[in-house]
Amino acid sequence: MSDVTMNVWRGDGDGGDFAEYTLPSQEGEVVLDVIHRIQATQAGDLACRWNCKAGKCGSCSAEVNGKPRLMCMTRMDQLPEGPVTVAPMKAFPIIRDLVTDVSFNFEMAKQVPAFAPPPRPEGGYRMQQIDIERGQEFRKCIECFMCQDVCHVIRDHEENKAHYAGPRFFIRYAELEMHPLDTNDRRELVRQKAGLGMCNITKCCTEVCPEHIKITDNAIIPMKERVVDASYDPVAWLGRKILRRQKASPGEAAAHGA
Amino acid sequence: MAEYESHDYDVIIIGAGGAGLRAAIEAKARGLRTALICKSLLGKAHTVMAEGGVAAAMGNVYPEDSWQIHFRDTMRGGKMLNNWRMAQLHAQEAPDRVQELEAWGALFDRTPDGRILQRDFGGHRFARLAHVGDRTGLEMIRTLQQRVVSMDVDVFMECKILGLVADAEGVVSGAVGYWRPTGEMVVFSAKAVVLATGGAGKSWKYTSNSWECTGDGHAMALWAGADLIDMECVQFHPTGMVWPLSVRGLLVTEGVRGDGGVLRNSEGTRFMFNYVAEMFRAETADSEEEADRWYEDHSAGRRTPELLPRDEVARAINTEVKAGRGSPHGGVFLDIATRRSPEYIRRRLPSMYHQFMELAGVDITAEPMEVGPTCHYIMGGVRVEADTGAATVPGLFVAGEVAGGMHGANRLGGNSLSDLLVFGRRAGMGASDYAAGRSGAPKPDEGEIQHSITEALAPFERTDGENPYELHQELQEMMQTLVGIIRTGDELERALGELDVLRDRAAKVTVGGGRAYNPGWNLATDLPAMLTLSRCVTLGARDRKESRGGHTREDFPTADPEFGKVNLVQRQPSGGGVNGDIKIAPEPIPEMPPELAELFEESH
Amino acid sequence: MSVEAPTVTPVQLGGPRGGPAVRTLRTDNWWVQPTISVIVLTAFVVYSTWAVFVNKDYYVGAAAHRDLISPFYSPCITGSCVAGAHGTFFVLTWWHITPAVLILGGPLGFRLTCYYYRRAYYRGFWQSPPACGVGDAHTKYTGETRFPLILQNVHRYFFLLGLVFNTILTIDAVMAFRLPGDGTFGVSIGTLVLVTNAALLWMYSLSCHAARHLCGGNVRSFSTHPIRYRIWRFLTPLNARHMQLAWISLVFVALTDLYVRLVSAGVFSDPKIF
Repeated sequence: MSDVTMNVWRGDGDGGDFAEYTLPSQEGEVVLDVIHRIQATQAGDLACRWNCKAGKCGSCSAEVNGKPRLMCMTRMDQLPEGPVTVAPMKAFPIIRDLVTDVSFNFEMAKQVPAFAPPPRPEGGYRMQQIDIERGQEFRKCIECFMCQDVCHVIRDHEENKAHYAGPRFFIRYAELEMHPLDTNDRRELVRQKAGLGMCNITKCCTEVCPEHIKITDNAIIPMKERVVDASYDPVAWLGRKILRRQKASPGEAAAHGA
Repeated sequence: MAEYESHDYDVIIIGAGGAGLRAAIEAKARGLRTALICKSLLGKAHTVMAEGGVAAAMGNVYPEDSWQIHFRDTMRGGKMLNNWRMAQLHAQEAPDRVQELEAWGALFDRTPDGRILQRDFGGHRFARLAHVGDRTGLEMIRTLQQRVVSMDVDVFMECKILGLVADAEGVVSGAVGYWRPTGEMVVFSAKAVVLATGGAGKSWKYTSNSWECTGDGHAMALWAGADLIDMECVQFHPTGMVWPLSVRGLLVTEGVRGDGGVLRNSEGTRFMFNYVAEMFRAETADSEEEADRWYEDHSAGRRTPELLPRDEVARAINTEVKAGRGSPHGGVFLDIATRRSPEYIRRRLPSMYHQFMELAGVDITAEPMEVGPTCHYIMGGVRVEADTGAATVPGLFVAGEVAGGMHGANRLGGNSLSDLLVFGRRAGMGASDYAAGRSGAPKPDEGEIQHSITEALAPFERTDGENPYELHQELQEMMQTLVGIIRTGDELERALGELDVLRDRAAKVTVGGGRAYNPGWNLATDLPAMLTLSRCVTLGARDRKESRGGHTREDFPTADPEFGKVNLVQRQPSGGGVNGDIKIAPEPIPEMPPELAELFEESH
Repeated sequence: MSVEAPTVTPVQLGGPRGGPAVRTLRTDNWWVQPTISVIVLTAFVVYSTWAVFVNKDYYVGAAAHRDLISPFYSPCITGSCVAGAHGTFFVLTWWHITPAVLILGGPLGFRLTCYYYRRAYYRGFWQSPPACGVGDAHTKYTGETRFPLILQNVHRYFFLLGLVFNTILTIDAVMAFRLPGDGTFGVSIGTLVLVTNAALLWMYSLSCHAARHLCGGNVRSFSTHPIRYRIWRFLTPLNARHMQLAWISLVFVALTDLYVRLVSAGVFSDPKIF
């Protein structure tokens, strides 16, 4: 059996450094297995967050060799030869070692205006599969926050956090805006408070998504286009003036028509 | 005296999985000051792992379905050990609870006429599981989580609760714990406490459960004086991954079989036809042709034996492997590749496809999976009053996996998600009513608080003690070997001896480092609950001298009608925490009223 | 109902970040992609600028029994166009510098505001960020919220304008099959080049995100808009290839110009196939 060498970040908000651990490699292991073995044998207090170890809960996000990855879904045998670097997510303040304070995301979640359906009819709502598939893609999100981490808008510019919701919440807004029953119009909110215009669609969020959600193509860009409808398109603006349908979203029209 | 941070609420809910979230919604909606406390981040609870669906007799696919049939399936699946009232409430209320989720934003898969689509699952007579591909649990937890956030419930994340605290009269009045990020102590005082801490699979080596499932709630309730029932009933899910070793135990959804997957041994035989118990023979296909016809149209044949209740399938797999007809890594083959098209498999089972592709390098659209039993669910739990979720100590309410009775000796797939919704809501209601009727501020006993804190911090004081990780591994090995899927009296006695030793060693656990986010220490504080839980399961298994549902005794291989009439009740009357003395005694199960009993007369 | 001002909890941004203070921990060749983008885009800009201002050799006319016009110069609608190149319906007789300047704005604007190219040049030229998990080269960042980048929001108009050009180039390609003075219909390498070019430009345009939005993506409910849903379903797989189509069509436009230019300059003659 050969050995693996892991360079794992140890430290807290006051600073830290990489610590090197060497241990025998085992067949079929993922990065999280190796971290667990380090905990059990060499560093009992090595902090890392994890829950399901099956790629379903999105807890064990970290940066493996500089790229945001779920440690539980990153197989050791698929990483290049040589030492493996494991660092905490860069965009968030470190609590300790590989654990970061992700409360930014929970704050942003609070700002999303809730789903607002019409009253439930007798026998339940009726929706067609084709109408919910777009939303279902976004609801695959496991909230690993790696898209938030990799997004340079906040990763490299801390000051933007106050007015930027980030890719995870752009898919949430998109999901609601594309929901066949929703009656809210969040486009102006997305443009202003959620900072959709800050995104320059460099697509790193899509690259790192472990659920393979096409965040940019299916959520952010459609939302940008919807914001154009609401705020930047002179023809659409004129059309609304003429039809006197102030800010009526297509969804509302559909909801009223149905 | 140790310092701590204090919070005061009307209702606190410990655990933010499906049941806890649903309870919080209910309490908050009733205008109570509500706090939700969870051991990890919000939305990461083990509920996200549920794949197949949520069982509710909505009749969207088979209009013949009704709550009575769901009730009957549940009771039969639980080998009649269930609390009939819980099973009845569950079957009656599940459809409403599912519909409610939709009003909160859930997007279930649809039927062609736009209603919620339902799929087949083991033990359910009709296609009954509302689902979203194979990630129904995620959909449910996210929906409830978003609802909780929009209602502005106070959520306290990464807070490990060490124990419940009663007031001088013995009424549960709060809980003591610590913040995992800082290691600082915190006390919540509350007029009512809802326990929704989920499962306990982390005491076994091969388990589908996440690290959180350490049986905290079972242990805390017992320590606080509540009754536990039928703790020996532990479900081993028949299909967990067996290879690679690092993911052994990881769940393979029953949806694979619901959607046409079949189990084969190394000789290529669909062996489940040889394991149909008498109880299910009348409604189970006896040939492959008939079973395959049933997949297309349930009126054209009887159901396939692959979809027998989980305990039956798990035992069958166990037997095949023991007889030397297993797969290379010690499981059996679950084959959907030869039976369904790759597109169908990828559409219906996307997470399974990715799970096998990424973790095992197996393409399930082309090759069979290797699967074997994995510890999945504990049917036993805190004894509750069906309508309110009230435990046998005042002030305590319990919902979800930590509650006992609902599932009897074996749980049907899909019934857990509906259980969370139905009884999460009911416990939220029960706790709200109780809190509203309780006068004066709750006064958790200071002595108990200080005792818990001292115990929790003790590992830092010791040097040269036990390593918590090693202790945990040894516990898991022991429980896997001695209190696993097939049990014998001798082994159970040996297990109790081992548990004594482990308990003594756990009292000597030492940890290094500081209190801030120290997983070694966190594990050390989880150990007492795991030890208590393991002891309860072992005691129950020793005393239930029969085989029933999730409890199989090699030395008593059949069900004993006398044992079918009793719950094994465990309690710790003189306190003492993990070192306390546990009393176990059979008590009669509540008797079903005649109108429900009629449903079981062979006429269906 | 429009929700613009929800009750907002003040954002707690947490403490200092800590963590490794390096631009990136990536050890792979992350700089390859942005570098390729920069090289190809720069090469295209250099070539197209030259091709635009050289103002000759953009048309192969009846003298060579062909009717091939470079896409950079079509529609040729100024007084400065060479004989035969321009249409008959509309001519700016007072325009004397290169006609291509007038034309280029449309396709250039379309590509400049294209969601894919934005990604390519923000990463490649502006280094914001150069690659995922690699630090932004700039300390201040306001995205596309201010002038001039807020103008990216007009992409859909450039898309529509692009369709006009695609139509003209399609007409050019169809007309080219007449092979003046060499029978009434024939196929040459030149005609195939023009057809391929027009087809790629159509595919690039139709794969555009604005197109996907306008044709059906903007509805909430597909089931009540079945025709728009079908169009959306048709465009969605194309949209997934937008990046590839952006590069291929870009390179092919330049190659088309080059082909016409070489034939026009007499380097070789356009071979007839049948």
